[in-house]
Order: sequence, then structure tokens, then C-alpha cells
Amino acid sequence: MLNTKISKEELERISGVKVSKCMKCGKCSATCPNFDGMDYHPHQFMDMIDKGMIEPLLQSDSIWTCLSCMACLQRCPRNVEPAKVIEAVRLAVVRQQNQNHLKDEQIPELLDEALPQQAIVSAFRKYKK
Amino acid sequence: MKYSYYPGCTLKTKAKELNDYAIRSAQVLGIEMEEVENWQCCGGVYTTAKDEIATKLSSVRALAQAQDKGQDLLTLCSACHNVIKRTNHDIQTDEDFAFKVNNYMAPDMEYHGETKVVHYLEMLRDVVGFDTLKSKVVNPLTGKKIAAYYGCLLLRPGTVMAFDDPENPKIMEDFIRAIGAEPVLYAQRNECCGGYMTLNDREIAKNRSEAVVQSALKKGADCMITACPLCRYNLEANAVTEIPVIYFTELLAEALGVKEVQ
Repeated sequence: MLNTKISKEELERISGVKVSKCMKCGKCSATCPNFDGMDYHPHQFMDMIDKGMIEPLLQSDSIWTCLSCMACLQRCPRNVEPAKVIEAVRLAVVRQQNQNHLKDEQIPELLDEALPQQAIVSAFRKYKK
Repeated sequence: MKYSYYPGCTLKTKAKELNDYAIRSAQVLGIEMEEVENWQCCGGVYTTAKDEIATKLSSVRALAQAQDKGQDLLTLCSACHNVIKRTNHDIQTDEDFAFKVNNYMAPDMEYHGETKVVHYLEMLRDVVGFDTLKSKVVNPLTGKKIAAYYGCLLLRPGTVMAFDDPENPKIMEDFIRAIGAEPVLYAQRNECCGGYMTLNDREIAKNRSEAVVQSALKKGADCMITACPLCRYNLEANAVTEIPVIYFTELLAEALGVKEVQ
């Protein structure tokens, strides 16, 4: 069972980001190279966490489809760094019991001859604890 | 000049050529790469969470070993470079993180961020110099139109990586000119290839890689170069359109005349 009682303060502590600094300009979402692959976009994470609407984010696809490419973080005019907040929400999920998004037993079927080791260790870092 | 060298997991396995061509070329350029003893995998991606300590210790151990030898730490894989440089920045700027890391590692080693982390391309630019590199080229790649693919990891976050202008970099284009070829500028050169997403949602990785390859092809590129094994994989295996994707060190070795083993 996913614990959905995660507070704004907890996410701010993990990320080191103060979400109320966001001025809602939307540049992060405009520059996101995976905009179409996300159900909630970077600026929505900032806004919804600020308003305490955290449960939908914990259950979103976006925490798995964020590429961690740091484009939003780089281009934020207020240096609010949305990527760090998305990472905090993802960690608030995978740090819980039985909430790994990628499991060891899934790996063999995902492998191909050319896939670099780097892909596997990176995916494990993002998707499991 | 002698460096401590951190190869990382993939450069010993799927991306051996990225490593081998780099070492062979460095010899010609008077650069010695001394591999860090018993290095451990960097983890592939840096975790931005303030309370992640254990996941960053492998980077700290490599950094501390380089410090003990009084050497800069040379990296080659973009991902390793990103993880190690950002971890070093954490130690330098976050007292709480540095305190916890040193508590954990005591008494074997203590580390406070003294080591300089240098990517191989930075070494070519800042230590060898592109003019000197150019003078050592015996086999210029004249007429080749090359698209440099930076991706994310060498450039971002710009304030931490301090690699080049994060939105308009030129180090790889200058490298391409130094080896006698022609750089091709294109819009997607610093946008993500999809990275680890290939294991979670392959369609997303395909969309990203195809966008990058199309962008380079539209500007007339013959081939693309990268410093990242995962970028190379995505651009080759996930983009639908084909274009040769090569490690920059392979072209370096070719230009220096050391591509084939003597």
C-alpha cells in the first residue's frame, strides 16, 4: 500500500527546493523534451505541491517518465529547479516498501546485445531502492 | 601530465573502444592515465536528493584516491563525469553532506572536495590545447561533416558542470575542427536522447532519439560523435533513421594515426 500522506515540507526537505519560489511562468514545461510523455508537467508539480495536492503526483506516470535531463532546471528563470522536486516525489514513492517501479526479474527480457551496463544501473537508481 | 583516471562500468564492457582509443591517443599527446584502483560504479545517474549519502560514496572514494596521489581526476564517460563532478560540488558546498560522508568513511579517508574533476574533452582543450592537437594530427578528417552530440550530462546543470556554455557549447565543434573535419550545428545537440527511459518506456526513447538524429541529418551531418555510451545506444538502436554514431575518441585516434594497433 502506497502511503500518500507525504507533506510539502517533506518534499522540500528531500529536494532542497522551496516550491513557493516558482512564479508559474511555465518555461520548464515549455522546454521539457518529454512534455507529451508526462501526465503532469514540471510547472504543475510546483503548483500542486505548493497547494498540498500531492497524492495525484505520487500516483502519476510523470515520476517515471521524467528523463532527468535537467533542461527545466537549467532554464528556470528563478532557479527553482523543478527536476529536483520531481526526483523528490519519485523518491517519496520508491523509498516505501514494495514500491519499486522496476524489478530485478524484469531485466532479462529487457536486455539486448548492445544495451550498455550504464542503462541498467541508471534505471535501477531511478526506479528502485 | 599524469591523471588519476576513472573509466566506469561501461567503458570496461560495452564501450571498450571509447576507453581504448582515449588511452592510445593520450599517449601520443603526452598524457598519462593512471586508473583509479578498485574504482566502483558511479551509479550512472546523480541523485539530486539532499538526503542521499550512500549512493554517492563510490564517487567520493575515487575523488579521495586522486587527492591522495595529488592528481586531477580524469573522466571520459559523460554519465560518470556528471555524477562525480556533482558529488564533488556537494562536498564543497554542503557542510552537512560533507560531514556525513566523512563520518561514514572515517578513519580510512577524509575528503573535502579538493580534487579537480576533468573530462577528457576539457583536458584536450585546456591542457593539450586544440592548436597543439591540430599540429599532431597526421590524418586530418578533411571533408567529413560531423554533428557533435552533447546531450545533457556534460552540460547541465551549467553552474556545477562549468563545462561550456550550456545552451551554446563549442568545445566539441572546436575538437572537430582540430582534427580537420567540419562541425555541423543543429538544434537538438544539447537535448536529451531518452537516456535510461529505454528500459521504462521505449517509445519515449525512440521519439527523443529520432528527433536528435533528424535534427543532425537535416543540417547535412555524415556522422555523429558522443562521449556517452547510453546516448550512442539510443541514437543507434532507438532512432528509426540511421546515421553512424561514433565515440569522439575513435575519430581522435584516427586523426592521430593510432586507430590501428601497431
